[in-house]
Amino acid sequence: MAKEDAVHAEGLVKEFGDVKALDGLDLVVPRGQVVGLLGPNGSGKTTTVRILATLLKPTKGIAYVNGFNVEKQADQVRHSIGLTGQYAAVDEFLTGRENLRMFGDLYHLAPPYVKQRSQELIEWFDLIEAADRPAKTYSGGMRRRLDLASSLIAKPSILFLDEPTTGLDPRSRLGMWGVIESLVAEGTTVLLTTQYLEEADKLADDIVVIDHGRVIAHGTAEELKDQIGGDRIEVTVTDLERIHDAQTALAPVFGGESIVNDSMVSGPVSGGSTVLVDVVRLLDSQNITIADLALRRPTLDDVFLSLTGHGAVDENPEKAVSRTRKGRNQS
Amino acid sequence: MTNIIRQGAVGMGMGRVGIELKQFFRDRESAVFNFLLPMILLVIFGSVFGGQDLGDSGITFSQYFVAGMIASGIVYTSFQNLAISIPMEREDGTLKRLQGTPMPPAAFFIGKIGMVSVAYIAQVTILIAVGVFFFDIDMPTTSFAIFTFIWISILGLIAFTLLGIAYSVVPKQGRGAAALVSPVVLVLQFTSGVFFVFTDLPQWMQSFASLFPLKWLAQGMRSVFLPESAAAMEVNGSWELGLTAIVLVVWIALGALLATLFFRWVPRGEN
Repeated sequence: MAKEDAVHAEGLVKEFGDVKALDGLDLVVPRGQVVGLLGPNGSGKTTTVRILATLLKPTKGIAYVNGFNVEKQADQVRHSIGLTGQYAAVDEFLTGRENLRMFGDLYHLAPPYVKQRSQELIEWFDLIEAADRPAKTYSGGMRRRLDLASSLIAKPSILFLDEPTTGLDPRSRLGMWGVIESLVAEGTTVLLTTQYLEEADKLADDIVVIDHGRVIAHGTAEELKDQIGGDRIEVTVTDLERIHDAQTALAPVFGGESIVNDSMVSGPVSGGSTVLVDVVRLLDSQNITIADLALRRPTLDDVFLSLTGHGAVDENPEKAVSRTRKGRNQS
Repeated sequence: MTNIIRQGAVGMGMGRVGIELKQFFRDRESAVFNFLLPMILLVIFGSVFGGQDLGDSGITFSQYFVAGMIASGIVYTSFQNLAISIPMEREDGTLKRLQGTPMPPAAFFIGKIGMVSVAYIAQVTILIAVGVFFFDIDMPTTSFAIFTFIWISILGLIAFTLLGIAYSVVPKQGRGAAALVSPVVLVLQFTSGVFFVFTDLPQWMQSFASLFPLKWLAQGMRSVFLPESAAAMEVNGSWELGLTAIVLVVWIALGALLATLFFRWVPRGEN
């Protein structure tokens, strides 16, 4: 039943003039689960969250959050959810504590309760020393924590996290993940949007991949990885100019499905580690030296690539490179 | 849900005034640019031209100028302040964040109006104190003048608050908002009889300024701070208080219309 799920959306369409941001999107988030909404920039992730958070009306379709209709019962929906935006929207000139108090007021909470709840959140989010300093003195990670803490002031049962770690350094990202995990352990339902496949892999029970405003795949991280088949091999060559020679040389191993990214060529293989020997032999016969060689399970990156025909962050080549490095470290 | 207290837009808006004032005064640029500027200008202009009389009227320049500075103060604390700060709040996502809470939207605007009013009262108090102690400004004595001062202030604040909220859609980004706002304020000040005696301005400039509310605010404030005889120095030989009220009310209606039509919680392009 639609109303029992934390989030239930059917056939959401959103048009901005001629642009169709959402094109018949269906989404279910069962209570107590973490669902990751994954998609490239402009795929409709943020539009979806904004419709579910009552900030935007869908052109067509219907959505319930906590059993309330997002169009007709916007106020009840707003009382049920916590929303953390793409960038930490904390007020710079207010202290951490004042920010929390302000949100307590906006959620119509009684002042004594707000006072006690703010202190709880300050301690939990490790902001004790900074609590009475203006937020403009905070680091990026501290702002995000304060931002998330603000959205928890009313103890919402459902949390929308719209790219909660975009722009954070790796250490702060790990910190945020820890906080999100403990929220989930307490029974909070989370809808998470992210461009970081690693993040979805780590946090989400269920992943919904969207592109061009439609759901193109849906399942657990493992299910999605299984969809695109078995192991992959990644070979990095020392001489960038010879990367295409390497691709040609490895055709017998990869079939026609290899991908070149910078000085790395990768592709699906079957036969496990014995194929590694073939790779070394084939490249050696062409005098191509190998900088790095890895056999690994497909990552969500690969899933993404095979589903959408482009990477998750396709417009930024710098990020694309760092992603592939990360992928290799995972193996 | 025992911790919920149901608050209407007015109650919550009043609660927001304190928050808004903290933001206003803790932002050093805003505190100087929107709050202290009239005092600074009064000290500079008062020190340079203060003792000079205007023609043979027996009125000092300082006395004329303080009326213009109070009128400008209304524009600074409301229009300039909001037209610069709202784009910043919109750009950094604070407005979007507020929109996602169960706050009635009216509470946001009530908070802004309250903040602007408190800031203006504080500003006028300091401005008059500086004028009286350093430049021998004569204070209005009749209850009629005080009554005029109060209603002109209220209508002016409402008009320029609404116009500031409406104009806040013009700057696309928070950064650079000041560059799109302060020229408007400066042009109005120069043409509305704030820095110069209004009737000394060229005719076309007077006609231009008469379309906008600052000219009427300044003229109304002069009726409060200058002796009755000075009315002869005005364009039509009178303070035209009735017409001033009409012009301000028309601008309030226009401001309300523009603000409702154009106010945005999120930046353009992010529908």
